[in-house]
Amino acid sequence: MTARYLIIGSGVAGLAAAEAIRQADRSAAITLVSDDPHGYYSRPGLAYLLTGEIPQAQLFPLRETDWRALGLQRVTAQVTRLEPAAHRAVLADGRALSYDRLLLATGSTAARLTVPGSDLPQVVTLDSLTDAQRILDLARRARAAVVVGGGITALELVEGLRVHCRRVHYLLRGDRYWSNVLDAAESRLVLERLAAEGVQVHPRSEIAEITAHRGRVAGVTTTAGEHIPCDLVAVAIGVQPRVGLARAAGLQVERGILVDETLRTGAADIYAAGDAAQVYDPRTGKATLDTLWNIARGQGAVAGRNMAGANERYIKPLPLNVTRLAGITTTIIGRVGHGLDADVVGIARGDSETWRQLGEALVAEDASEVNRLRLLVGPRTLIGAIVMGDQRPSRPLQRLIGEETDITPIRERLLAPHAPLAALLAEFAESLNRQNALS
Amino acid sequence: MALKDLFSRDRARRQALVMGHVVPAEGRCVQCGICSFYCPIAIDVRRHAWLGEPIADSHCLTCGECVARCPRGVLRFERTSIFAELSEAA
Repeated sequence: MTARYLIIGSGVAGLAAAEAIRQADRSAAITLVSDDPHGYYSRPGLAYLLTGEIPQAQLFPLRETDWRALGLQRVTAQVTRLEPAAHRAVLADGRALSYDRLLLATGSTAARLTVPGSDLPQVVTLDSLTDAQRILDLARRARAAVVVGGGITALELVEGLRVHCRRVHYLLRGDRYWSNVLDAAESRLVLERLAAEGVQVHPRSEIAEITAHRGRVAGVTTTAGEHIPCDLVAVAIGVQPRVGLARAAGLQVERGILVDETLRTGAADIYAAGDAAQVYDPRTGKATLDTLWNIARGQGAVAGRNMAGANERYIKPLPLNVTRLAGITTTIIGRVGHGLDADVVGIARGDSETWRQLGEALVAEDASEVNRLRLLVGPRTLIGAIVMGDQRPSRPLQRLIGEETDITPIRERLLAPHAPLAALLAEFAESLNRQNALS
Repeated sequence: MALKDLFSRDRARRQALVMGHVVPAEGRCVQCGICSFYCPIAIDVRRHAWLGEPIADSHCLTCGECVARCPRGVLRFERTSIFAELSEAA
């Protein structure tokens, strides 16, 4: 009998699961249902749509021939209810989709402000292509915009809006940007660059109210009483995993949908992957959230194979993100920070809770005017790194940290004052390459 | 520009063409499509990155546009192993 697979969510986790199921089961009936009318596209690419680097059509990686080869039934609809015992998902129009195996890849959604005026139509968040289209539409007509929040999305909004609006204000609750991932100097570097690009940075500023004129945003008033005129307010104060369906269906939910290391929920034949999933990691004994695209892809692929009969454990790779912060290419690898960020509630997009599980480590730094390299040096291995600007050390570090390479031969030299870190790492990586080539 | 410089640039490009290809790194690509958009001969570089495969397309000019444009450092030139072996043997 043909197995029926249902995937809720058309993000990368859902797509990767569909590919994995199709590879394992040529005859499977796979249905991908999503409330996003645009289906599958590169969500991280929205940042480059906002800056005008790529046109909208470029965000769609798959061509019609690719979709035909995958052989999915694609449904655009909202799922309103799950019936786990009956193995059914009920849609908003009353239709029901039956399944043998179900994947919840429902993603996450931006947290909203709660101050007065937050529900005005020119207060926006960036979750989807529809949101990006709306932001572009508003930005082209706006003279001034206010961005509030932290993490990568806040700066994507700042930089995207800067292209279209004469004035962009960026409000930070504290003095630092992304304080639980970047150190003080890195944060200062980003804020200085923003200021140099003409962005008005307002540290220690919090919105008390969004004011309106004739039903449209007219400005924001801060808790300090400052009034900033603007036509648009963009909010990036974190994301919340979309767990409503799972919770209502009686599945175990904490911050995300709880799954074991094979990405199974406690309910029969239901799996979860991507931003919505809080995945148990046997190495740490903790269940963590990640909002990284490549982690979502990996989880989707493992969930898909397991749905098709495998029993594979999900091994979380080294959390890594490469992003542009105020025009500075920045790679974040492994464990680099700790604590909370006052500008974000919970988790931001493009984020990993693992980045903040900093254990015992010493810091080695190498900085010039525009480039910074920070290494978190454990007793025997490197446990994390931030590479800003010159990206040459980025790939060797991805490997050294990911493979937990014993760095004893260079550890003392790395920790010496004013050590040329990039050169030492390049030399060490090269010597490892030579050893590997010989063995 | 001196004729000599022109030849040396051309030689370098030809060397890159025969000895190297563009290779995507694991875990970095977010399928934004900037690479494919800026490829002068419309190779779907992004698809190669999704599949983790080097750009083996014989039409690739190795012009470096995709490598330079990628905002996430996904792409780089790598020597093809066959030529690396030959040049080491020589």
